[in-house]
Parts: sequence; C-alpha cells; structure tokens
Amino acid sequence: MSVTEVKVPAGYVPVYTKPKSLSEARFTYCPGCHHGIITRLVAEAIDELGIQERTVGIAPVGCAVFLSDFFRCDFVQAAHGRACAVATGIKRANPDLIVFSYQGDGDLAAIGTAETVHAANRGENITVIFVNNQIYGMTGGEMAPTTLPGMRTVTTPEGRDVRTTGYPLRMSEMLAQLDGPSYITRQAVFDVRHVQMAKKAIIKAFKNQIEGKGFSLVEIVAACPTNLRVSPVEGNKWVVEQALKYFPLGDLKVRD
Amino acid sequence: MPKGFVVIDKERCKGCGLCVAACPFGVLAITSELNPYGYAVAGVIAPEKCTGCAMCAQMCPDVAIEVYRAVKEGV
Repeated sequence: MSVTEVKVPAGYVPVYTKPKSLSEARFTYCPGCHHGIITRLVAEAIDELGIQERTVGIAPVGCAVFLSDFFRCDFVQAAHGRACAVATGIKRANPDLIVFSYQGDGDLAAIGTAETVHAANRGENITVIFVNNQIYGMTGGEMAPTTLPGMRTVTTPEGRDVRTTGYPLRMSEMLAQLDGPSYITRQAVFDVRHVQMAKKAIIKAFKNQIEGKGFSLVEIVAACPTNLRVSPVEGNKWVVEQALKYFPLGDLKVRD
Repeated sequence: MPKGFVVIDKERCKGCGLCVAACPFGVLAITSELNPYGYAVAGVIAPEKCTGCAMCAQMCPDVAIEVYRAVKEGV
C-alpha cells in the first residue's frame, strides 16, 4: 500500500474511500481513461450489493486485460471475444455465483459478436459491462466496428469511410431486438451526474442476475483520450459532442 | 475549519486533471510535483474552499482521491 503523507485531522468522517472490492494495485489504464471510472463503479456496485465473496469476473482481451489484478474477487481471463461464452459456462456450472464480463468494443462488438448475440438470445443469467470507446485502445488506436464515420484512427488516417468499412455497430440496439435479454441500457461517464446514473444501471444489472431475471448488458460510451490525441478533459467533451450523436443514452430494453 | 478534506494518493494519481475540471470550487490543481512514475500529480491548492462534495473522487479514474467531511457540531 502506498503511504499517504497527509494525515486527516480530527473531526472528519470519510465521505468517499476506495471500494473494498478493489486491490491496492495501480490501474494500468492511461491517464484520464474512462475505463478507470467504470472499473471503480463495478467495484462499488459489488460492495453495495455485498456479493464480493461469490463474484466471478471475466476479463477481456484489451485495455482491461489486467482486471484480475485490480479486483479482490475471482477472475477468468477469456480468449479474445469469448467472455460471454466463458461466463455462460461458469454460471451454468455454479448458478450461485454472480458472473459478470467486462468487455471493450473490440472484444464484444468485433471478434466476440457471435458469442455475445447468442448469450443474449439464450437469455443467460449473466451481467455484461460493455465499454464502448470506439477504438482499439491497447493495440494502438486502430478502427473498431464502433468507430464513428469520418473518425481518424491509425488504420483510417483519412477518417472512417463508410463506403468501404461500413457503419458503426450499435450493439445495444441490436441486442434489444432479441427476446432473450432482460435489461439493455446505454450510459456514459463524462460528468458526475452520468457517473451516478451509470452506477445505478450497473447495480440494476447485477440485481437482475441475483433475482434470476436473465441477461443484462450495460453499455458505457467512453473516451480514449490517448488514441483520440486529446487531453482527458477534451475527451469528455468529445463524448458529448461526437459519440453521443451516434450512441444516444438511455434504457433500450427493460423487462420486469 | 473547512467543511471538507481531500486526500490524494500521489502514487496512484496520473495527473489527468479530471478532478480539477470536476471540482466546482477550484480546490484542486495539477501541481509541478512528480510522482515516482513521472506524472505531475494533482494537489490541493485551496483547502479552505473544500465542501467535501466528493465530485473529484467520483470523476477520478484512478481511485486516487479520498474525501472526508467535517462532523457537524451538535448533531
């Protein structure tokens, strides 16, 4: 544990401290990455529901690949895109466990599309956290299926041309058309109000699983300031001004 | 005594500045102090203005901020 030099004076009570489900390991995300906020929200949700002892996370391939180091709960590192398939296996083998997968857009919406669609269609009783930052972050900023039209990445230096590379994949809208899922929502974390809303959605997605309601997916529109080549604060602005135009926020499917 | 008190874990902080943008009272700023990983970390520049609203901690992507609030007298 890193030693804090500042001592809290007498007469103060904690308002916000690090969630118990997180370990002491530093996050390996870039400065200002929304992954950090989302990882923390998942840990806060696990703390609030008191399910740390029976939670199993599925780590993706991508920026969140080291999740097992950050959380104080069991983890499985799935092959690229196969997190939903691994989660299905664990949940079916031991239904008492709370199983969640945490995936990026390259993992869930590109190589893992089939696994995700079929897990959703079967209505598997799992929770999926889908971080949509419209780019392949870890590998250096290549175009993802969710990359916005005209958006510059290292593989689309002139901007994404929809005539050759297609249109951004709206995964949540697609999954909301199926009969299987019970809860599909899209959130963002660019300001405090939306962070709170995203947290509520994550808690609801975990509660659905505890109550046996079936497949829940929380998509979170995030920024990747490093690969957008902007400052973290400008990254937040980019989410509001660009990404939300293509990925509007809100609940897409709620089945009670 | 200010209403709030912020503790920044300088080893976790990566100096992204999201807390500085989130603080409604200008309590925080990115300082010239470097941590062992080479990041210029956030610091408290106006502790007397802090109300303990924890908006900085809500936005921190590195869980580097802890927030404390003064116990109200007579409660």
